[in-house]
Amino acid sequence: MCTYATIKTELEGSAKGPDSKWFHVTDGTVYFDHPVHAMAEHTLNIDFADPAKGPGARVAVELTAASARELVTAIEAALQSAPAELTV
Amino acid sequence: MSEALSAETIRITGHNGDEIEAYVAHPHGDGKRGGVVVIHHMPGYDRATKEIARRFAEMGFDAICPNLYWREAPGAAPDDAAATARAQGGVPDERLIGDVGGGAEWLRSRPTSNGKVGVIGYCSGGRQSVLAACNLDLNAAVDCYGAFVTGTPPEGFPLKVTNLVDQLPNLRAPLLGLFGNEDKYPSPEQVDELDEILNRENKPHQFHRYDGAGHAFFAVDRPSYNVAAANDGWERIETFYTANLGG
Repeated sequence: MCTYATIKTELEGSAKGPDSKWFHVTDGTVYFDHPVHAMAEHTLNIDFADPAKGPGARVAVELTAASARELVTAIEAALQSAPAELTV
Repeated sequence: MSEALSAETIRITGHNGDEIEAYVAHPHGDGKRGGVVVIHHMPGYDRATKEIARRFAEMGFDAICPNLYWREAPGAAPDDAAATARAQGGVPDERLIGDVGGGAEWLRSRPTSNGKVGVIGYCSGGRQSVLAACNLDLNAAVDCYGAFVTGTPPEGFPLKVTNLVDQLPNLRAPLLGLFGNEDKYPSPEQVDELDEILNRENKPHQFHRYDGAGHAFFAVDRPSYNVAAANDGWERIETFYTANLGG
């Protein structure tokens, strides 16, 4: 199915994208829907983007649901492992 | 008939008079024939969808696939355009109707046109195919596993999608529906509901439902591809369009 489910969030950071160039990331779009490339019917998809630079300024990630949950856990663990004053 | 065909990218007039990009494919020869508007799926105006347009040309129809994301992302790669359109809320129903109408008008303006135009869509495009056939003068519509023709879409997300139950009394073209019995959206129960509504409204339709097939069984580049269902489905489509768009 097309879930249509889409969650947007503002982000502040950088990503390495088209032509191996770094760009400023301002927006994240998270959705669980059909992937373009991953061999699964549905995946958790994240677009790290800078819409001001056009549609091509995007790093796309498509993860199976299990992988996405592992990533969430890993991100939480990495943040937890750092001194609290560094991760405010 | 010659098997030669041509395909190219053109500009057409879409909703609100906007100029949008479209991919067209047509057989050679000047015999009169019907046309097909191909609605691309949510992942975009991609290679697989353009292959579908060429397949209709190979069958003997003129085909056009409007780029529904042209306004948000002109010239962008199909996946980037789809991501941009999604982040901006998707394609409004009113705009979809205008763009499909522009495609139908272009087809009917061709010297080879017999005046008949059908529409087909896959996945999100399946719903949009029904939507178009409820609002435009078309001669045949094909819905390939479109979710939320019936049923309740999720709430609280930026993409505003409603079901089409209140529009179905306005359906003005025969409908061919192709569905996988393993699909969850649309579920077999939602397909039953659509069938019941169309029966009640005396709307001509025929549904074919495939055991062992899930969503997107026509998608040759996806794990969901189901050879038996896709082969039978393509035969059903050709028979349906020949009957409704031929002559």
